Amino acid sequence: MIKFLLKGLIRDKSRSRLPVIVVATGVMLTVLMHAYIKGLMGDTIEMNARFSNGHVKVMTKAYAENMNQTPNDLALIGTAKMLSNLKNQFPEMEWAQRIQFGGLIDAPDENGETKAQGPALGIGLDLLTAGTKETFRLNLTNSLVRGKMPENKGEVLLSEGLSQKLSVNPGDKVTFIGSTMNGSMTVFNFSVAGTLSFGNEILDKGAIIVDIEDVRNALDMSDATGEILGFFQNGFYDDESAINTSEKFNSAYSGNPDEFAPVMKSLSQQGSMGQYVAMSEYWVNYIAFVFIIAMSLVLWNAGLLGGLRRYGEVGIRLAMGEEKGQVYRTMIFESVIIGLAGSLIGTFLGLFFAWLIQKYGIDISGLMKGSSIMMPSIIRARITPADYYLGFIPGLISTVLGTMLSGIGIYKRQTARLFKELEA
Amino acid sequence: MKKHIISIISFTIISLTCLSQPGADEILKKVEKNMSSDNRVFESVMTIHGNRTSRTITSRTWSVGDKRSFTEYLSPAREQGTKMLKLENQLWIYSPSTDRTIQISGHMLRQSVMGSDLSYEDMMDDRKLTDVYTSVVSGEEVIDSRRSYILDLTAKVTDAAYHSRKMWIDSERFVPLREELFAKSGQLLKRTNLSDVKQIEGRWFPETVIYKDILKQGGGTEFKITSIKFNQKIPEYIFTKAALKQ
Repeated sequence: MIKFLLKGLIRDKSRSRLPVIVVATGVMLTVLMHAYIKGLMGDTIEMNARFSNGHVKVMTKAYAENMNQTPNDLALIGTAKMLSNLKNQFPEMEWAQRIQFGGLIDAPDENGETKAQGPALGIGLDLLTAGTKETFRLNLTNSLVRGKMPENKGEVLLSEGLSQKLSVNPGDKVTFIGSTMNGSMTVFNFSVAGTLSFGNEILDKGAIIVDIEDVRNALDMSDATGEILGFFQNGFYDDESAINTSEKFNSAYSGNPDEFAPVMKSLSQQGSMGQYVAMSEYWVNYIAFVFIIAMSLVLWNAGLLGGLRRYGEVGIRLAMGEEKGQVYRTMIFESVIIGLAGSLIGTFLGLFFAWLIQKYGIDISGLMKGSSIMMPSIIRARITPADYYLGFIPGLISTVLGTMLSGIGIYKRQTARLFKELEA
Repeated sequence: MKKHIISIISFTIISLTCLSQPGADEILKKVEKNMSSDNRVFESVMTIHGNRTSRTITSRTWSVGDKRSFTEYLSPAREQGTKMLKLENQLWIYSPSTDRTIQISGHMLRQSVMGSDLSYEDMMDDRKLTDVYTSVVSGEEVIDSRRSYILDLTAKVTDAAYHSRKMWIDSERFVPLREELFAKSGQLLKRTNLSDVKQIEGRWFPETVIYKDILKQGGGTEFKITSIKFNQKIPEYIFTKAALKQ
């Protein structure tokens, strides 16, 4: 019977082509929208991950307890070995050492006396190693306002706001005044390579970006680092995987009472990020649910109209003696075939376009000028396993339900009235 | 009659005891006489017992009264050549690696000196204790086999670094043996133990001081004077900013 129905559908384009196009379009939009919303909502999480939290973060236990204060006196020591171990144990992740620090930036006049001074929030990361991904992670090249990226030791990037406050330009010398890992005062000279605009008030006010080796020299942190951040290679945070990775790492140190023993925390286990991750997940599901319901109504309606449009054909078939149940079943089978075909094509197209947006992104940097919200300048979709089956809810179920509802009319029609209807 | 005699004897003993115990201000003046000098030149070893490691820093200091001092750090290599100049209520630090002279002011004064349990603010507070605090003798206690007076000091000025202090003063040598520094809330902030009291050039002087910042982790800071000379001829140029870069 299926073969018979398929033949009918293929030969009668009005019963197959348009319905399949309608279903495929609806499914494609559903899949694309879900992936896009997932990517959009996840971008804030990713931004926090890239700047400070990582997908997972390794610290000492003591550091983790006071993480908001970035206490570098409690930093990890012997990080070269630890980094090597992490790379071996978790090769599926990318690892990056970071040192967050605070202090004063002092701009000298021509006599070497203080001209201006301002508080600074520093991030030490790998800027100079060939092939480093840190520049990309923090989108530094695109955030450059003046000057160039650091190419040599002793070069620093200042936020545009801080450089203007201190009246310093690329090429000028500035002095960092802060505390070493041991709590001793440190004074360190840097040359300003360039200025940055992050689109975030706090960072734009007083951020400095320095190569991690320079930070180590300045803060007396030889072979030490505040944090080691781990990132999934696909660039997207997966809470379950991050928690599993953390548990696997921490199990090796569970019996170690040393407060300087390393501990790994997933992004959701760091401060208020857990709440944000949960809230984000909730909102993604909520928005996706509303969209799927809306799309289901559209396709249900299409199925309904498709059934009603064949009112005359059904009448002839009933007049010719075909059983009501037989007609009803064939209509449902046809809608299942249409729904399946449309859902498959729609899911494929939706995934394809979502993949394009995931890979290349949509550049919204033109809209971000003057923005005070920390948002990425390129919005990317994110394909998740749900995208492979989500489109079948409106595509298959709604189409079939619509046909089933319209087909109910078949049982209400009286054979005696059929000829009158046909004559009319 | 017998009762009267006992009362008179008791009164006399109590009176004599009270008379033999000097007043708090008198004790503090005697302490200042021991601890202060017109000028002094000393070398010291400061061992900072951190959470994970201990660091030792050596330095040479020239000071005139309590208002002017110049310190040059001799080791370790990272600190070598760093110089610190204090003039009245101003403090400058010279860093040889950057060739910059930085004035320490505002909240930076609360930072620790070389990561020790001592803050720059502690170094800057050069006023006489009798000018800043009202003091009373609250008792006596034996510290390291030495009978000591216990003095309770309460700030009488609003800009004192610590609201109150408790000092244990050697009753014979008039040298502090222990000190506790408190915030206005009563929270103990720092504890200092002084030992190795020696007679140097006619005065009693503690050569070792152990500072402990109660709010800071670690095992405290041991400050040991390895050589000290009082009333030396110190060239005036030492107490100038130009001397920092020399």
